[in-house]
Amino acid sequence: MHPLLQVNNIRKMYGHRIGCTDVSFDLFPGEVMGIVGESGSGKSTLLNCLAGHLETDGGEVIFDTRDRGPVDTLTMSEPERRMLGRTDWAFVHQHARDGLRMSVSAGGNIGERLMAVGGRHYGNIRASAIDWLDRVEIEENRVDDRPSAFSGGMQQRLQIARNLVTGPRLVFMDEPTGGLDVSVQARLLDLLRGLVREMGLSAIIVTHDLAVVRLLADRLMVMKSGHVVETGLTDQVLDDPQHAYTQLLVSSVLQV
Amino acid sequence: MSEYNFAYLDEQTKRMIRRAILKGLAIPGYQVPFASREMPMPYGWGTGGVQVSAAALTPDDTLKVIDQGADDTTNAVSIRKFFERTAGVATTEETERASIIQTRHRIPEAALREDQILVYQVPIPEPLRFLEPRETETRKMHSLEEYGLMHVKLYEDISQHGQIATSYAYPVKVEGRYVMDPSPIPKFDNPKLEMAAIQLFGAGREQRIYAVPPYTKVVSLDFEDYPFEATKADHACDLCAAADSYLDEVIMDDAGGRMFVCSDTDYCRSRRAAGHVGRLGSEAPLSTGPEAA
Repeated sequence: MHPLLQVNNIRKMYGHRIGCTDVSFDLFPGEVMGIVGESGSGKSTLLNCLAGHLETDGGEVIFDTRDRGPVDTLTMSEPERRMLGRTDWAFVHQHARDGLRMSVSAGGNIGERLMAVGGRHYGNIRASAIDWLDRVEIEENRVDDRPSAFSGGMQQRLQIARNLVTGPRLVFMDEPTGGLDVSVQARLLDLLRGLVREMGLSAIIVTHDLAVVRLLADRLMVMKSGHVVETGLTDQVLDDPQHAYTQLLVSSVLQV
Repeated sequence: MSEYNFAYLDEQTKRMIRRAILKGLAIPGYQVPFASREMPMPYGWGTGGVQVSAAALTPDDTLKVIDQGADDTTNAVSIRKFFERTAGVATTEETERASIIQTRHRIPEAALREDQILVYQVPIPEPLRFLEPRETETRKMHSLEEYGLMHVKLYEDISQHGQIATSYAYPVKVEGRYVMDPSPIPKFDNPKLEMAAIQLFGAGREQRIYAVPPYTKVVSLDFEDYPFEATKADHACDLCAAADSYLDEVIMDDAGGRMFVCSDTDYCRSRRAAGHVGRLGSEAPLSTGPEAA
């Protein structure tokens, strides 16, 4: 089996400071990779580098495209990368407001990607918008409401629907459950897990919440000060942490 | 006359504007930045159109200026006087006789010819502006032909109003490439954008010039199941009985009385002169000047 995404020696510097360095991994189709670490450990920097939102200072990100096979996305032309960004890739922001158009209705938000790739039939666009609202457990009669009328959890689910409507193969998620209260978090995680399994998505999830990766991720990468300090299967890393920092991280979780 | 250079602007400025116009004609629908000058009128009164007209005028030209189709409203009268004074060119109210027509918010009803130029005054040249506020981003969207967002606006129209409610400044795609704001003309005029005359668009405050060369393909954006419709008030003109012209609604009293009249005053006048009479029209051509009182 070919990896969907091969990351080789990604490096990003902020002046003399390290953003992240020497990060390499392979992601296979249908696999969910978790990246954990404390604030400032470079996990969001890494995610933005992979998704092409930040320019890297070295390394390659090779994506297995549908038409041309493995291509380094860091050197591909901008139109191609942006096309990838609205077809095969999706990016779920931590704050739903960053990923949604707040002045456009829920249906319009979901339909935007469809229209961006050439959808020109109103009835079909609206039907898939309603279908996706249903799949993320938002009532159909909210389709014409603006996201500003939605609760935080609903906004986040709407953002997920908007991203998944074109059937992407790779989803980048930056703290998808950050800022949500625990019961809403649980529902969102349940939903995400269902969608990931059902659609066979590959995903890279950045979070500082170990419970999120325990539920969603197959594999785990622990970062500290821009370096990867430990990788492995999620359960293995969480149950038997080897690196001192991972041990600290795991032991810091409060037991209720 | 002698106090001004011909048509107010100095020759260097006109050269600069002509270069922008030529570039605009070479890339139909592309917004060419230009160094817009301060004009002796406020922004929003047609400073862009005036600069384009000034650069296009020659002493032999005949100028017509319309505002919402009318030759006799403030904006039209003052711009016409401006060029009478600074360029000394002949002016006319007849679409037929004009070689350059500066317009605000309308295309004349009469079909234009190859030897005519239509100059539009444009407030906001960027069709994507109200959807995407960042200029860097809209430029990138134009260069990469990412126009999905334009359809999001039309989607919102249909979902809120049951139809495409955008009735003016209706976005068009020019020659299969650039999406363009045709200035706030009613969408009734959109089909006329494919014409024999040269069309130039000037936005003074936003410092952009763009153009549509003669016989260029101009397509109004729409959905397959909600096709574009050129709409107008469902009446005939009450003065000249024209059923095919764009109409203004005029409130007559506070008891619901109203009349519909052609917004193109020259078209209405010429039809009445040819003997057409509408519901409220009189046999003889109306004279509204002070001598009629």
